[in-house]
Amino acid sequence: MISMNWFLIFAAALFSIGLYGVLARKNAILILMGIELMLNAVNINLVTFWRYTNPAVVTGQVFAIIVFAVAAAEVAVGLALVISIYRRRHTIAANEIDLMKW
Amino acid sequence: MEITTLIWLIPLPPLLAFFVIVLFANRNKALSHTISVGAAFLSWAAGLYVFWQAVTVEGGLHHLSEEPFADSISWLPLGDGWFNIGILIDPLSAVTLFFVVWTVFMIFLYSVGYHNFGQPKGDHDRPGLPPHGATVTDDHGHKHKVLSIEPMYSRFFAFIGLFAFGMFTLVLSDNLLTLFVGWEIMGLCSYLLIGFWFGKPSARAAGIKAFLTTRVGDVFMLLGIGFLYFATGTLTYREIFNEETLTHLAETPAGFLGLSVAGMIGILLIIGAIGKSAQWPLHVWLPDAMEGPTPVSAMIHAATMVSAGIYMIIRMFPLLSAGAGEGLTSPMMLMAFIGSFTALFAATIAVAQNDIKRVLAYSTISQLGFMMAALGAGAYVAATFHLVTHAFFKALLFLGSGSVIHGMEHGVFHVDDHHTDPQDMMNMGGLRHKMPITFWTFVIGGFALSGFPLVTAGFWSKDEIFADAWAHGHKWVFWTLALAALLTAFYTMRQITLTFLGKPRTEAAEHAQETPWTMTVPLMVLAFFGVTVGWVGIPEHFPLIGGLVPNWLHGVAYTLPEAHEAEIAFSWIPLLTSLVVALGGLFVGWMIYRDFEAGATDPLEKWLGPVYPVLKNKYYFDELYDKIFIKPSIWFAENIAYLWMDRKIIDGALHWVAQISGPIGDFFREKIDMPIINGFGDFVGYGGKKLGNKMRVVQTGRLQQYMLMGLFFVFAAVFYYLYKAFLP
Repeated sequence: MISMNWFLIFAAALFSIGLYGVLARKNAILILMGIELMLNAVNINLVTFWRYTNPAVVTGQVFAIIVFAVAAAEVAVGLALVISIYRRRHTIAANEIDLMKW
Repeated sequence: MEITTLIWLIPLPPLLAFFVIVLFANRNKALSHTISVGAAFLSWAAGLYVFWQAVTVEGGLHHLSEEPFADSISWLPLGDGWFNIGILIDPLSAVTLFFVVWTVFMIFLYSVGYHNFGQPKGDHDRPGLPPHGATVTDDHGHKHKVLSIEPMYSRFFAFIGLFAFGMFTLVLSDNLLTLFVGWEIMGLCSYLLIGFWFGKPSARAAGIKAFLTTRVGDVFMLLGIGFLYFATGTLTYREIFNEETLTHLAETPAGFLGLSVAGMIGILLIIGAIGKSAQWPLHVWLPDAMEGPTPVSAMIHAATMVSAGIYMIIRMFPLLSAGAGEGLTSPMMLMAFIGSFTALFAATIAVAQNDIKRVLAYSTISQLGFMMAALGAGAYVAATFHLVTHAFFKALLFLGSGSVIHGMEHGVFHVDDHHTDPQDMMNMGGLRHKMPITFWTFVIGGFALSGFPLVTAGFWSKDEIFADAWAHGHKWVFWTLALAALLTAFYTMRQITLTFLGKPRTEAAEHAQETPWTMTVPLMVLAFFGVTVGWVGIPEHFPLIGGLVPNWLHGVAYTLPEAHEAEIAFSWIPLLTSLVVALGGLFVGWMIYRDFEAGATDPLEKWLGPVYPVLKNKYYFDELYDKIFIKPSIWFAENIAYLWMDRKIIDGALHWVAQISGPIGDFFREKIDMPIINGFGDFVGYGGKKLGNKMRVVQTGRLQQYMLMGLFFVFAAVFYYLYKAFLP
């Protein structure tokens, strides 16, 4: 059986890619995509720890499914916001969305 | 209705009249006098009914004095029980009530005419000044000056209503406290009515003078009442006047000048009466009080209020004479001295006065002195008798003089001559043809005052005083009063002769006119009593006519606890003296003044020489009091009270406090408030603002930067945690 470490390393790498995407991109959609990657990395971690520590209890899986649901809802709201902003300002660059800045 | 209920109600109508007029009826002159005279009529009717019930009570006056009409209610809650007030009709208050209701009612009626009801409104009259007359045009187009109606007509009737309430309260009350209440209400009304024409400075001054002078007496009287209450625990007459209490009061020393408690209280009460009844040395207010309208002079300053002092003394006589035995107590000696001195002293002043009302004012002082002296000599009944007769004939004389003045004013307006003083007797003369009713009633009053033998009331009462003074062996009182009576007869005849007899000395007097019925009817009624009231007091042992009319008045003596006075033996000396002084005085007065010419100087001026100005100026008492009381008071008020006490001490203390607290306040402001408290506030405010300014640079609005920051802190926290966990 593949050691748990590989899974963890894979998840950490995925998380780091997502983090990089969030920090380095100006495009709001790409930032959202980065967030999705990080959530998925977390999901991998949750499933890994469930499988390798206590597979008799389904809590890890349930947790992962809840994260999916939240992520889907978040993307729906986030994309809707982005579309709405684009319609008004014709841009989705995060640094240009500064209406609330003092 | 129970008789006591009716007695309670007697003072009520005038009080209601006062309030109704003041509050509602003051715009309507006819309504005002109807209410007021109507109220006086109600009190008169009730008073006479009560009087009649009292004198016809079963068992006679002796029974009435033992079981008077009395009633009382609990009024003032005290620490241990109640202070009771109530009403009392015994022989003394019944007699007093009789003359009070009559004179009050007559004077109310007289006021209607005196204040020119029915006359037109004055041309230039304004409230606060006597009416100056109105111009009317008759059918032929001639203009006439006639009397005008008093501008403050309603106010006058309101005030005399309140006054009547005070007097009834005083007479009917069964204790010294409500007596004092009535006494002070009258004092107030006296002030208001003397100063009724407040536009005249002299009337204002006279009102203040009367108020302040009587106040001197009242303070002492209040002290006396307080002392009496302290000593006995009650102020109700019938509780005080029993053998045991009186003996106790007479035997306890007061610790002051060797007086007993009874003597001390007596002297304090007498000082009150001296103020109210205008006895020397507090007599100065009464002559000046003549500034008021004449009905006021008649009611307040002749018939009722000044009688109140004497009434109170008669009321308290058992206390004043307590422990007398055969001789006189100290209060009685004081009264005998003050009374006889005042009687003579005021009579001498009256001789040299030319103002018709002032003569009567001094005469009133003198007659009240007679009563005071009679009380001092123990002639309790004689004093009461004289009080009653004097009230009638002096009210009559004052109203008569008012009628004369009124008639003269008519003449003054008729000839349009404003330089003739309508009150100066030198300007009169010959008025008997113009004003016959006034003349005859005035003569009756004047003869009663002089003690004209046999027919007039004044003769019987004065004779009784003489007889008592003689029989009790107070020779000096007797001779002083005899001399005063001689002068009384003289100045009365002088007044009658100058006013009514001879020929008119001015044009105004020639055109004087008889006054309306509202004025002459009271004159006639009072003249009737001025004669007949004397008959109830004719001594039984008097030659020929003694005993024809039962000597009803001696019933008053039953009010005294120790039975009634011993019958005094008849003596010819006082009777002859009385006859000689009365007839002699009248005759001399007539002889001297019957040929008095217009513009002539008073013959007395020649004969008395330097004494005349002294009498004319009332022994300079006003000037003396001005020097020793008024000027020093004003100086004290100005220099000590105002400049020194008020400005220096009180203001100075305030300034000092201000000067001290100013720097203290500055210190607090500079050192504590500004730097510490304000400083802290500023620090919080500005510090927050500054910090905000500093911090706002981190709010870039860049998502990525926020995230990096978050990441940084997460890493920092994780490192810190790991460091703590694995590298201790």
